[in-house]
Amino acid sequence: MKTKKIINDGADAVDEMLDGILLAHGDVLRRAEGSGRAIIARDGPRSGKVGLMIGGGSGHEPTFVGFVGKGLADAAAIGNVFASPPPDPAIESVNEIDGGAGVLFMYGNYAGDVMNFDMAAEMAAMDDIEVRTVLTTDDVASAPRDEIEKRRGVAGNFFIFKAAGAAADEMMTLDEVERVARHANARTYTMGVALSPCSLPQTRTFNFELGPDEMEIGMGIHGEPGIERGPLQSADDITDQIMDRILEEMGAAKGDRVAVLVNSLGSTPLMELYIMNRRVQARLAQAGIETHATWVGNYCTSLEMAGASVTVMHLDDELTRLIDRPCHCAMFRVI
Amino acid sequence: MGTLTSADLIAALGAVADSMDENRDALCALDGEIGDGDHGVAMALGFNAARDALSGLAGDAPPTAVLNTAAKAFLSGVGASCGPLYATAMMRAAAAVKSRDDLTTDDGPALIAAMAEGIAHRGKASVGDKTMLDVWHPAAEAAATGGWPAAIEAAEAAAEHTKTMQARMGRAARLGERSLGHIDPGAASAVLVIKALASRLG
Repeated sequence: MKTKKIINDGADAVDEMLDGILLAHGDVLRRAEGSGRAIIARDGPRSGKVGLMIGGGSGHEPTFVGFVGKGLADAAAIGNVFASPPPDPAIESVNEIDGGAGVLFMYGNYAGDVMNFDMAAEMAAMDDIEVRTVLTTDDVASAPRDEIEKRRGVAGNFFIFKAAGAAADEMMTLDEVERVARHANARTYTMGVALSPCSLPQTRTFNFELGPDEMEIGMGIHGEPGIERGPLQSADDITDQIMDRILEEMGAAKGDRVAVLVNSLGSTPLMELYIMNRRVQARLAQAGIETHATWVGNYCTSLEMAGASVTVMHLDDELTRLIDRPCHCAMFRVI
Repeated sequence: MGTLTSADLIAALGAVADSMDENRDALCALDGEIGDGDHGVAMALGFNAARDALSGLAGDAPPTAVLNTAAKAFLSGVGASCGPLYATAMMRAAAAVKSRDDLTTDDGPALIAAMAEGIAHRGKASVGDKTMLDVWHPAAEAAATGGWPAAIEAAEAAAEHTKTMQARMGRAARLGERSLGHIDPGAASAVLVIKALASRLG
């Protein structure tokens, strides 16, 4: 049986979505010249500023395109659903976001993305544009701590891109923006839970199986296996398992400050996210950790997957300043 | 030893595109067992993009230009994982025949070795990770002494052997032990690529 989706031809889904996004947010976004799949911030790139390029497969909206705008990313390279973009969108837009101070590529740590963006970076280097790369690896469930380089990037992208985008907006040098990006990535921790699978527009069949009464803690945003599959538990029990792991990894001291993101994987409603947030905040308070800011909603989705993730960024003075810095994106603003 | 022109090379890449078209659904079905079911689509898309680009190439283009043109078109057409892998493979093959006006039927081992190196360099997989490298690597070794026929024989056996491997790279790695017993779709398509190339270049 095919899943139900509001689409036309599944093969056109990504391009038709981008058409719709540009019609809705043309004040903030435009297409790169000569590219259908590179989106640029109208007010972002400027002379002397490090360009920030993010990107990856579609299906995670508002990640990536929704985080393009002044104060955050200068461009996004957009791939097919759950598939890395080829190098072309990045190559075609890198000139437009290079203000002479170099460009930083940031994206989740996935094999296809690494290969395509590395090829784009090699080609940009031939045009004398200095490109650095920082991979996001915030999913604590995706590999053990001693294999951190194997971890995947998920909803924590939101905080990590935000910090790096603000650093670039403050006119920091490429060295400094790269340092901030690595620092932000090292202090950002995410773990999720999946309740139901999702289906690609081209196939409209579920991409993995999860029983009607089952959940999987730690599952990735393309259905990568998590830590434990078992019967559905209460919001507090699920949140406790997530927070136990995050708090242990973070090792925060009493009085430390954090930023929190409670994120829907697609179809889980705000009601359930706020129920989870209630427990997240209780656990942080219990540990003597102060919440500086909280975001709740759809920030990094997996099409129509049901489930949620919690991200905690362990702040310091610099990260607090960068997270608070105003930005104006199509689907996210800090005033 | 027979002489081969750029036209033969273009015909060989066209034969690969034909083979991908013919086997598209079978490759998708293989991929559906342990991946996301689109490998046949991606390979057909890539080699058809290469064929289209080559139809616009000047008649006197040298072999290195044929391979570079195919590489760039494949990459732009696909992305994902197989885009960079086959594009790098063909760029390495292009570098291996740089400054040559024509090729011979004895160039098989050098071309296969260059493609295998490109895939290994770009993908960073190890032999035994259950990827297309598990076909390209033994095929290159066999070709060094036995040319195209030995490469085909080694490739077919190697693809079958991926059934015994547990995936450690790419999307199938998430299945762990559940990937056992399945042929890797990238390995299966690699056999088809090598056979189609051999049909025109051997």
